[in-house]
Amino acid sequence: MTKDQKGPASTTRRGALKTLAVGGAAAATLPLWARYTHAQSAAPIKIGFQVHRTGIGAAYGRWYDRTTQAAVRLINEAGGINGRPIEIVAEDDGTDAKRGAEVVEKFATQHNCDVAFGTLFSHVVIGSAPRAGELKIPYFVVSEGHHVASGMLNRYTLQPGITDVKSQVQAMAPFVSQNLGKKVTMIFPDFAFGHDHRDYFSAAMQAAGGEILELIAIPPTETSFTKYFPRIPRGTEVLYHVMVGPAVLTFVKELGEFFGPSRPEMFGFIDSLEAVDIASPGLEFLEGSYFWEGNPRHAQADQSPFDAFYREQVGVDARGASVSDPADVSTYAHMFGCWETLYVLKAGMEAAGYQGTGDRAKLIEAVEAMTDMPHSNEHPQGAKRFNGKTHQVFGHQYITQVQDGFLKLAHTTSIEDTLYPDEVDYTTQPL
Amino acid sequence: MEFGPYLLLASLEGAVTAAVLALTAVGLSLVFGVMRVVNVAHGEFFMLGAVLAWWIATTLGGHPAVGFLAALVIAPVVVAAIAAVADMTVLKRIAYDPERTIVATIGLLYILQQLTLMTYGPEARPVEPPFNSRIALPWIERTAEGWQMYYPWGLATTSYKLAVIGAAVAVLLAVWALLARTRIGLLMRATQLDRDMATAFGIPVERVYALVFGLGAGLAALGAVLIVPIQQAHYLMGHDPLLLSFIVVIIGGLGSLPGTVVAAILIGLSDGIISVFFSPTLAKIIATLLVGFVLVFRPQGLFGTRAA
Repeated sequence: MTKDQKGPASTTRRGALKTLAVGGAAAATLPLWARYTHAQSAAPIKIGFQVHRTGIGAAYGRWYDRTTQAAVRLINEAGGINGRPIEIVAEDDGTDAKRGAEVVEKFATQHNCDVAFGTLFSHVVIGSAPRAGELKIPYFVVSEGHHVASGMLNRYTLQPGITDVKSQVQAMAPFVSQNLGKKVTMIFPDFAFGHDHRDYFSAAMQAAGGEILELIAIPPTETSFTKYFPRIPRGTEVLYHVMVGPAVLTFVKELGEFFGPSRPEMFGFIDSLEAVDIASPGLEFLEGSYFWEGNPRHAQADQSPFDAFYREQVGVDARGASVSDPADVSTYAHMFGCWETLYVLKAGMEAAGYQGTGDRAKLIEAVEAMTDMPHSNEHPQGAKRFNGKTHQVFGHQYITQVQDGFLKLAHTTSIEDTLYPDEVDYTTQPL
Repeated sequence: MEFGPYLLLASLEGAVTAAVLALTAVGLSLVFGVMRVVNVAHGEFFMLGAVLAWWIATTLGGHPAVGFLAALVIAPVVVAAIAAVADMTVLKRIAYDPERTIVATIGLLYILQQLTLMTYGPEARPVEPPFNSRIALPWIERTAEGWQMYYPWGLATTSYKLAVIGAAVAVLLAVWALLARTRIGLLMRATQLDRDMATAFGIPVERVYALVFGLGAGLAALGAVLIVPIQQAHYLMGHDPLLLSFIVVIIGGLGSLPGTVVAAILIGLSDGIISVFFSPTLAKIIATLLVGFVLVFRPQGLFGTRAA
């Protein structure tokens, strides 16, 4: 107590003068402070990267990270965006919707990021997007879910680098009904992404003259699957499967053990085998079956130079595995979305003359104004067409067939095959 | 699928679940019975068993059977040693006080889980089974020409799944023999009955505790090594076994080994059958409901004694 009372007494005239002098010196530099705000334009553009490092999306997160790092390195080597380098601020969301919203908030308020980017799992996107809208931070997702184009999100959420499930399955249904069979049983994960498959593939299949015999929903955290398979009706001609989560290998292996030598035709989304080597023991039964692939994992005979460039830059070999570890298989059908989204972001910021967070609305409008994106190093998966009203991009889809353990391209859809009428016009919402 | 083959398949799947669950739950029950410690970290010892199995199998390489057999021996021993060390450094220091051991084992749960995440990573990794061939099962049906045998679509199991059931039965018999027929089992039972009296008779109670805690964790790890060729090693895989083990131990009666085994079979089979015919969520709901009823109407469990 007595020590505290010494405080005021220690203020000497000399001390007070010193403080004044410092204050005065600072005041004298005031005009210089304004100059630093201009110098900010040489500061990095901060992109908040919401990444699934842990939780059920970890395998995707690992490869989304590598693809993002490769694209950012290239963009920075080529001079950055508007002369400013990109800085990635990565935060783990644990593949969890609640944590996802917190991460977006951290980007906006704590890290002072220009935009948020990179989310894959649909429940995380749906959980995070409202917060991004409230904080008015542009949120570029790489998710595939139909939630962007369905209108359930907001004007600050965009998906310019990867196509959505509705357009994918709509383009698949005619192929399935014409080549594989009319009576389909579907197995899908029991959350938003799986429900998109259920709703839009069923509708597209019925429109193509097919019939859905049974819908089997499996929780994405499930670890044992045989108990679900007896629900597959005997009359099934085509088994349509899409699964996610850490147990996908078990899922496919148990499918093989269930059917034995007499399996029906199978059409799977490669999600069921993302980050899993198709040559794993127990997967031999997949020989001859078909897969949707967002981007063919195995380098095809007529591989485009753009795909070769992209593969080399990310560090992926011709079998879709890491060049440093052949057992580390990539999520090749999805991760190109990060690369392409970053180039869309660059183009959008350059078109908007983006300077800082005050120009976020201009960035959204610049991306909304985009239309055709040609097949190029910036878009190695293929040409794209962006719909500014629905904030969703459309592109080619690939169907491959397993032949001697090689995923061989069997069919490429046109962009027109994937289009559907607009369900929302985000441009009417205020910025 | 017709009802008969469907039920057979469900029972087989349930039996595999029951086998692994019985091993894990017996470990938990043993620790509670002898030490009166509610081990919340039990599921993490299960997970450690699976992760170590992957690590051993990958390090050794060669034929899958070599790695798997090595894992079957080494992983439970290593996990038991880790658990015994945890007992001596943590649980002993807090004098096995019931409330504090719960908090301490919750802490242990997170330490083990996060250490695994930091070293092993978030991936799910497979271990190859030593042998695995599909066994199609026949079924009989009545046709115009009388009873006929046929192979229904999808009615199959694998040789490895049958081996898991066999191995679990063998290990459970060995645990029973250890407790009932050996000197160390006698010491454990004496400690379980009355700790103070055991101390008075010169039984090294602290060493018995370390042994029991290690044995309990080792059994969980063994269950995990058996299941990891069917499922995959993942740092979050300890959650479900912990929950189910608690359900089993409560229904069977805390500290009662026969009760634990019976409850494991009951929960495992009903989980398999209800999951197949209705939904896996319903199976979990019913198991939890059963726990509620047991706690209300027979708090000591089906096989427990009130005095225990």
